[in-house]
Amino acid sequence: MPLFYYLALSVIMFTIGVIGVILRRNALVTFMSLEMMFNAANLAFVAFAYHYQTLSGQLFVFFVMTVAAAEVAVGLALMVAIFRTKRSIDVDQLSSLKG
Amino acid sequence: MLLSETALPDPTFALVPWVVLIPVIGLLLNLMLGRRFNEKLVGAIASLAAGGSFVVAVLLTLALTRHPEGFTYTVFTWMAVDGLVVDWAFRVDTLSTVMMLVVSGVGTLIHIYAIGYMHSDVRHNGEPARFRRFFVFLNLFIASMMILVTASNYLMLFVGWEGVGLCSYLLIGFWFEKGKDGLGNAKAAKKAFIVNRIGDFGLLIALFIMFFAFGSFDFQTVFAQVERVAQSLPWVLPAMTLFMLLGVTGKSAQIPLYVWLPDAMAGPTPVSALIHAATMVTAGVYLVARSSPLYEVVPLAQNTVAWVGALTAIFAATIAVGQRDIKKVLAYSTISQLGFMVAAVGMGAYVAGIFHLVTHAFFKALLFLAAGSVILGMEHSAEHGAHGHAHGHAEADPQDMRNMGGLRKKMPLTFWVYLAGALALAGVAPLAGFFSKDEILTAAQSFNPTIFVLLILAAFLTAFYMGRQVLMVFFGKPRTPAAEHAKESPPVVTIPLVVLALLSVLGGLLNFPGSHTLGHWLEHTFHTVEEGHFVWAIAGGSLAVALLGIFIAWLIYGRKPQTSPKAHDPLEAPLGGLFQGMARKWWVDEVYQAVIIRPFEVFADFLTHPVDLGVIDGIGNGLGSLTRAFSSLWGRLQTGFVRTYALTILLGVVTVLGYITYLALR
Repeated sequence: MPLFYYLALSVIMFTIGVIGVILRRNALVTFMSLEMMFNAANLAFVAFAYHYQTLSGQLFVFFVMTVAAAEVAVGLALMVAIFRTKRSIDVDQLSSLKG
Repeated sequence: MLLSETALPDPTFALVPWVVLIPVIGLLLNLMLGRRFNEKLVGAIASLAAGGSFVVAVLLTLALTRHPEGFTYTVFTWMAVDGLVVDWAFRVDTLSTVMMLVVSGVGTLIHIYAIGYMHSDVRHNGEPARFRRFFVFLNLFIASMMILVTASNYLMLFVGWEGVGLCSYLLIGFWFEKGKDGLGNAKAAKKAFIVNRIGDFGLLIALFIMFFAFGSFDFQTVFAQVERVAQSLPWVLPAMTLFMLLGVTGKSAQIPLYVWLPDAMAGPTPVSALIHAATMVTAGVYLVARSSPLYEVVPLAQNTVAWVGALTAIFAATIAVGQRDIKKVLAYSTISQLGFMVAAVGMGAYVAGIFHLVTHAFFKALLFLAAGSVILGMEHSAEHGAHGHAHGHAEADPQDMRNMGGLRKKMPLTFWVYLAGALALAGVAPLAGFFSKDEILTAAQSFNPTIFVLLILAAFLTAFYMGRQVLMVFFGKPRTPAAEHAKESPPVVTIPLVVLALLSVLGGLLNFPGSHTLGHWLEHTFHTVEEGHFVWAIAGGSLAVALLGIFIAWLIYGRKPQTSPKAHDPLEAPLGGLFQGMARKWWVDEVYQAVIIRPFEVFADFLTHPVDLGVIDGIGNGLGSLTRAFSSLWGRLQTGFVRTYALTILLGVVTVLGYITYLALR
């Protein structure tokens, strides 16, 4: 399959992710959209790595996955803490730092 | 202690730093350990410190008799900047030892006296803990004064000059929470400090000019270059000497800066005696005498000094006639006598000036201390004799001469020493004041007839107001219960009085006509020493004037003594407005208030309200509100909506990427 298909899927996934982050108010869904963007990037990495027959892109994907896992752990913990105080995970209600 | 490089002509000269160090050790002992000492030990340490200084001064004097040329003892280099080297060096010569002997000798007697006086004073004022503080200050004063008189350069002299000013301030404000409205003493101390500061400013300017023209502060280096500078920079010496005179008028309480000294009487009596009569206030006279090579080449400055002195002598003497407070009379008398000394050194009669300085230190210290003894007696009876005389005690001012009278019988020893001091001050032969004043008058007679007449008039008034004071205080009948029950002071107070009385009586021998011991002694220091003539006409005339003054005082105050403290002064009716002027100090304080202080306050108010609060604060507050306006404007960007931030980031990334793409595709 040509590289174009992979990249097109990656762009579609990334756009869905961006739209999800911007439009959805539920923090969990925002998180999932973020993961979608990570994976879109990962897909592009892998596709290019395959296309150019190098390993560095593959390696980078592993790196992104570990960091994403750590980020999710921190993010979920934050969310639990926020839910405990606010009884909600609506990101629009978390606006107490407004200037 | 570093040893001086040059060989000492006499090993005794190496002792000179101890005239300063011994009082410093005394004050440190009392300062650090004094809390555990009792009053006797504190007083003994302080007196021994002053006495130790005196012993060193005596040893130095003895060494000087063998090596009269003197010696400069360098302890260390104080500062060396480029070409300017200032040493911390002590000058031992015939002039400085005279000053050392007077300061430490009279100082020691006053320390001893103060043990007794302050014992009652701290209790009368209700704070015995301040006893120690008093002696610490007193020792600090002796140390500073010693630095002043032993300095071998003007900068070191200035250190002492400022040091004694500080001690004066601290001791005038010793009972800083007392006085009128609880502020009176503090205000008096502040006034002394600020007025002195004006004078010090003049001295500083003189020193700046000296540095500019001579490049040195050392006495000998400067004096050696006087000829050269007088020719190359003719404006330097007049400017320098006249600015120096401003310093002299501040420290030695001359017109126009004398106003602080009468107020300085707020300090305890030993302070008035030591600092404001015998020693510190003579620093100006010493400065002019020490700077004689500078003044001698500037007749203008000499004339100015002489006129300032003569005018001060007569002016202050008129005020003294109208005063009612026993210490205020002595204060104005001190100003007047300082005028005599300043006039003498201005006329180039240095020996006469220093001679009068020495004798004045004896009899004026005596008078102040005896006045203190009188005040003690009055206070004592006001406190202990209260039973049976319940009314009238509270308001009886123990320093007001109208409340005294008849103390001759109550305090006989104080009376006799007071009489000796008063006669010496009035210039009655053969007491000390007669000889020294006579020398000044002789010098004035050949210098300027007007000054001579002014000084003769001042001498007459001196005799008159001293007669008035003695008659009001000691003769007649007691006018208040406090005077009725006054008691003689304890021996620790009276013994120094007796010693000072002996000195006042015999002080004339120092420079007795014919032998002129002091004149020959000072010859080694001064360039030119006036020849000590003894003119019988002047001596007889001044004696006649003094006796006449006393006689008139007796006619007015002695024949019919007043009986009530409320009675008007007998001079009030015949003199009218003139007496009012004398009693009100010729309204000088009021004039200064209106001419200097009030405009200054108005100006300060102008700088405060429109300028500082308006302009300066306006700039600050304006910057503040501007920043706040901007911050609230920018703050609106922080909406608190995470999704908005995400969108902003997206737009930013798109913009940057778009730009990079544009660059790549171009």
